[in-house]
Amino acid sequence: MPSRTPETRATSLFMRYAILVLVALIFVFPLVFMLVSSLKPSMQLLSDTSSIRAFLPVGDISLDNYTASFARAPVALFIFNSIFVTSVTVVLNLVICSMAGFSFAFLDWKGKDVMLSIVIATLIVPLETIAIPLLLVVNNLPWIGADGIEWGWLNSYRVQIVPFLSDALTVFLFVQYFRDLPRDLIEAARIDGASWFQIYAKVIMPISGPVIATAAILRFLAMYNQYLWPLMVTQSEQYRPVMVGLQYFFQLNTDWGQVMAYLSMITVPVLAFYLALQRAFITSIASTGIKG
Amino acid sequence: MGRFAKLTGILALTTALAGPALAATELSMWYHGAGGDSAERDTFARIIKEFNESQSDWEVKLQAFPQIAYNDAITAAAVAGKLPDIIDVDGPIMPNWAWSKYMQPLPIPEEKFAKFLPGTLGHWDGKLYSVGLWDAAVAMYARKSVLEENGIRIPTLDKPWTLEEFDAALVKLKDSGKFDYPLDLAMNDKGEWYPYAFSPFLQSFGGDIVDRSTYKTAEGALNGEAAVKFGNWWQSLFERKLAPGTSQDTADHDTGFLEGKYALQWNGNWAALKPLDKFGDDMLFLPAPDFGHGPKIGAASWQLGISASSEHADGAAKFIEFATQDKYLAAFSNAIGLIPATAEAAQMTENYKDGGKLAVFYDLSAKQALVRPVTPGYVFAAKEFRKALSDIADGADVQDTLDAAADAITADIEKNSGYGH
Repeated sequence: MPSRTPETRATSLFMRYAILVLVALIFVFPLVFMLVSSLKPSMQLLSDTSSIRAFLPVGDISLDNYTASFARAPVALFIFNSIFVTSVTVVLNLVICSMAGFSFAFLDWKGKDVMLSIVIATLIVPLETIAIPLLLVVNNLPWIGADGIEWGWLNSYRVQIVPFLSDALTVFLFVQYFRDLPRDLIEAARIDGASWFQIYAKVIMPISGPVIATAAILRFLAMYNQYLWPLMVTQSEQYRPVMVGLQYFFQLNTDWGQVMAYLSMITVPVLAFYLALQRAFITSIASTGIKG
Repeated sequence: MGRFAKLTGILALTTALAGPALAATELSMWYHGAGGDSAERDTFARIIKEFNESQSDWEVKLQAFPQIAYNDAITAAAVAGKLPDIIDVDGPIMPNWAWSKYMQPLPIPEEKFAKFLPGTLGHWDGKLYSVGLWDAAVAMYARKSVLEENGIRIPTLDKPWTLEEFDAALVKLKDSGKFDYPLDLAMNDKGEWYPYAFSPFLQSFGGDIVDRSTYKTAEGALNGEAAVKFGNWWQSLFERKLAPGTSQDTADHDTGFLEGKYALQWNGNWAALKPLDKFGDDMLFLPAPDFGHGPKIGAASWQLGISASSEHADGAAKFIEFATQDKYLAAFSNAIGLIPATAEAAQMTENYKDGGKLAVFYDLSAKQALVRPVTPGYVFAAKEFRKALSDIADGADVQDTLDAAADAITADIEKNSGYGH
């Protein structure tokens, strides 16, 4: 097979980069549109949509939409609520689901396979199906507050956190990842006298970075984008998250500039979280073949 | 011991003095305006403040929800048994909430609202359930200069356009070649706008979404001869390129009339100030055409009612009576531009008093308004109507589409045992 000339290699490299740039632009354009539009008055934003100007910060550019967004809704409160609820849920969810995954992958107990099948089967049950019964349940749960025992969890952070402390997809991800780990690790640790919890905490979890990152990102996105459940259980503005807050911006005459400003602000935590875990996420996707 | 007695005395005294302040019973109130017009929120806040200060028995506390999420929040709260005392409700939805036992009849004699526009009063099963502080109206936006240039008669409330006149005007405007489309119907807005804005066309042709004589079927009303005639004309608007269709861009609707791309626009009074500012005296708000059975426009906006689970209906009623004083109706109109519920309040406003910029909308509301079908089934029927009109605009067979919609609505009514009619 004849070796390729430097010209052929250069052309091939150019083509490859051209395609990659094109694909990158397709993915980046919506974000650029959102950011650029957040700086334009609504009328200009709408009239720019029919040309390349939609992606360029030209015309009457200002931060007025951001100022107006803060006047329209308590944006900082909504972002805080979402980050708080999401962070607590993701951390606790990872602990619980990784323990469950560890149990399914490494421990021997009766009915394990049947139980795992049941857990995985719940993947096909959407939240919308169980939302009403779940609402009735949380509405009748007790809680010990400052005034003693109170009934009903509505209008609180816990009602947005506790129902999502475990989920089938995360358990499944951990089980799949753990099953691919060398059994020798476990056996060596057992021979050294480690307890199952020590193996979980000191042997398995430290080498599970990729699956933790993947599960964290998927849970973060799912929780951060929650709409129906918080809408049903947070009647007080004090506990509303960003997606319910987004509805504040859709009025009879929607100001699209403000919508874009709000979306830009609430996208920042998601991008920051993703960028922080990006490397581990890609490693996990590449090694497990799971498509996010 | 002396110190203890002193402390006890002070405690008893402060408790006794605090008594009257604690006596006010809290009334919770939900409304749909979170993120909306701040002037509307401020007006509600002012009314609540003045009500709370006017007496010592009740204290209203307001919780606002975003409009898009409001109905779902109410439904969830009803399931959880956590409805507030006072709710606001969109007029056509009210019968559904009353039938679903989310609301109770207002314990206020109806004579108190004798002077209110009919569209502001929500009835179900012969009882008054809700009352609105304002109404909304739709008109045909037009420019006097455009009509005169094209030799088109300017219609009046007493002599609106007929079907033939209106259709001929559209053709003439299209043939002038000066507009992208002669008429903008806001086909991009696929929400409640379709039944609110377009069912009056159907009713003016002689059809309806359901048969209002029994409310037990849509057969004949939605797919009879009159409805099919409407459907054919409706479809022809888009086939002849007289109006942009369902793929209309929101941006085009928002700017098209102002930029002169559309000659006429079917739009509501809430959007009237921008074209007035731009075109001044050239701007016209014309009555709905008479398609054969009288000119009609939609009616009923947001109204106040009392939840079925409220244990303080008397207090809630007192607040509603307080809020529906003419001075507050006028305050709302001045703040958000909607039509005040009474003629007296209209005279107290800038835009709706005699000679006011938007006074024509009050007259339109008083003379042409027809509420959407007053039935709990409206929520379902409205969706079917919306789909049917959208499909017909996209070229679907008129008779088949209306038959399918009528069948679905009738089946829904039967499934719900007639919705209590």
